[in-house]
Amino acid sequence: MSEKVIAVSNLTKKFGNFTAVDHITFDVEEGEIFGFLGANGAGKTTAMQMLCGISMPTAGSGTVAGYDIIKENERIKRNIGYMSQKFSLYEDLKVWENIRLFGGIYGLSDKEIAKKTDALLERLNFREERNTMVKYLPLGWKQKLAFSVAIFHEPKIVFLDEPTGGVDPAMRRQFWEMIYEAADQGITVFVTTHYMDEAEYCNRVSIMVDGRIDALDTPAELRHRFNTDSMDEVFRQLARKAKRGDA
Amino acid sequence: MKQFIAFVNKEFRHILRDNRTLLIIFGIPVVQILLFGFAINMEVQDIRVAIYDPTPDALTTGITERIRQSAYFNYQGNMQSMVDVEVAMRKGKLDLAVVFPQNFRESLVHSGKTAIQLLSDSSDPNRGSISTTYATAVIARFQQEQADLIQIPFQIQTENRMIYNPLMKSSYMFVPGIMGLVMMIICTIMTSVSIVREKERGTMEVLLASPLRLGTMIFAKTIPYMVISFIDFIIILLLSYFVLGVPVNGSLLLLFLVAILYIMLSLSYGLTVSTMVEKQLNAVIFSAITAMIPVLMLSGMIFPIDNMPHLLQALSVIVPARWFIDVVRKVMIQGLGITMVWKEILMLIGMTLFLLGVTIAKTKKRLE
Repeated sequence: MSEKVIAVSNLTKKFGNFTAVDHITFDVEEGEIFGFLGANGAGKTTAMQMLCGISMPTAGSGTVAGYDIIKENERIKRNIGYMSQKFSLYEDLKVWENIRLFGGIYGLSDKEIAKKTDALLERLNFREERNTMVKYLPLGWKQKLAFSVAIFHEPKIVFLDEPTGGVDPAMRRQFWEMIYEAADQGITVFVTTHYMDEAEYCNRVSIMVDGRIDALDTPAELRHRFNTDSMDEVFRQLARKAKRGDA
Repeated sequence: MKQFIAFVNKEFRHILRDNRTLLIIFGIPVVQILLFGFAINMEVQDIRVAIYDPTPDALTTGITERIRQSAYFNYQGNMQSMVDVEVAMRKGKLDLAVVFPQNFRESLVHSGKTAIQLLSDSSDPNRGSISTTYATAVIARFQQEQADLIQIPFQIQTENRMIYNPLMKSSYMFVPGIMGLVMMIICTIMTSVSIVREKERGTMEVLLASPLRLGTMIFAKTIPYMVISFIDFIIILLLSYFVLGVPVNGSLLLLFLVAILYIMLSLSYGLTVSTMVEKQLNAVIFSAITAMIPVLMLSGMIFPIDNMPHLLQALSVIVPARWFIDVVRKVMIQGLGITMVWKEILMLIGMTLFLLGVTIAKTKKRLE
């Protein structure tokens, strides 16, 4: 067993009377691809924001990348990457300007940024797009670039919030290849998704219903337990119990 | 520090790449100044005047000559009859007619009084009444000059003395107003929109999950707008001085300091707005209603505060531009020093601190 990079217990977030996240407990191991599933409004985004140090938990405790999520959230931020579902680059900046901005924000030196930018563009086959304004790139390319920028500073964990929304299956496959590459380099991947075929690509998945984690295991084990051969069906059986509507 | 520079750099690029933003930033001050300076002129000039003088004598020709020489009047000629006067007036060719009675000089000498009729086209009442006032003033002055020579007791005496604005130039009034307006627009609307845009596009989440501190980010965001509004302030100042001929009588240093204070106030308000709305459109509408309209209506830029109903006068107290415009008028036009404007300055400082406090409190609450 390798080191646990995320370990939380009884993590809870309340907004007034509403309990968005209700005592969730789980671990994620180093280098793992961890799928974080749930219907809209199940509390995925809120849970993820607590892990990223953006939002303070109401109760519970935990560590991310070895740092306490309550006391050391600024340290956590240095060691994680984050890609939001709304696509997280600046459309009116050029490709290299986006890379440089985030490199700068994560405290990389100009020299490092220059060297790594070349390598990144080379790897993505993006050399010719170096000076292209991001808004002119096709969506699939933007997402690849956003992911590369999110792991540019070599974080221990990268959080992906529905990274493949709105792109075609071929592009999604390519995107998942990049996720595998990152995991091979030892970066832990924490990913939320709506696509059940993508859940199959994960080492383990957790399924959130009404703020709680109702199931957590490998996709194969979950299928076995729910006596079905598709993750879709597993998800449907669990989601049926949900009392909260689609938010 | 490196984060800060990277972020300021990014903000400048956003601004310089957006043509609409650039247009607002540099177009508004220039257009406003020129518009108010030339097109929307509240002075009455070029009054087209004609004379009807059935029996010319030394006095009537003297008065006619004075009117012809006045820069405010555009002399259209002598009319041959009252009918001509009426026709020209009806055709809109005249703004004012000066009608002398028969035997003007004789009746003045014999009976000691006489009257000159001033006919004005008052379809624009303001222009109409100002034209007659100007004409009355010209006649009164002439009368006074003649008084000693021919010993007639003078009937009308008007004394007009416009201090600080002897030429009654309206540019003296609105230049400080435009400064207040433009900086409010740029700092409040632009800053709130640029922050809300990050929320709307999802980049804010990425920034929040990064090691960039919130304070650093907000400070870095305001820097470009601070620089730009200061440039705008200087553009307005130069245009008013060289194009409109508005003097700078007071301390330039004091003026700059007040401008910086007002910029910080407007930026703080922009930040406050950004904590209250989630969509760019709402940010624009909200800032326009709460920042721009009060500047136009309640700051004294266009409508004098003293003439407002008491309720509106009371409301104008919380409009920052009111105090800023007051200080600029006092310092720039009247040439007063800090001892005469410290109250207004304190007001501005107080408002800035209040808005910053609200912003910090609201932001903290959001993160909890």
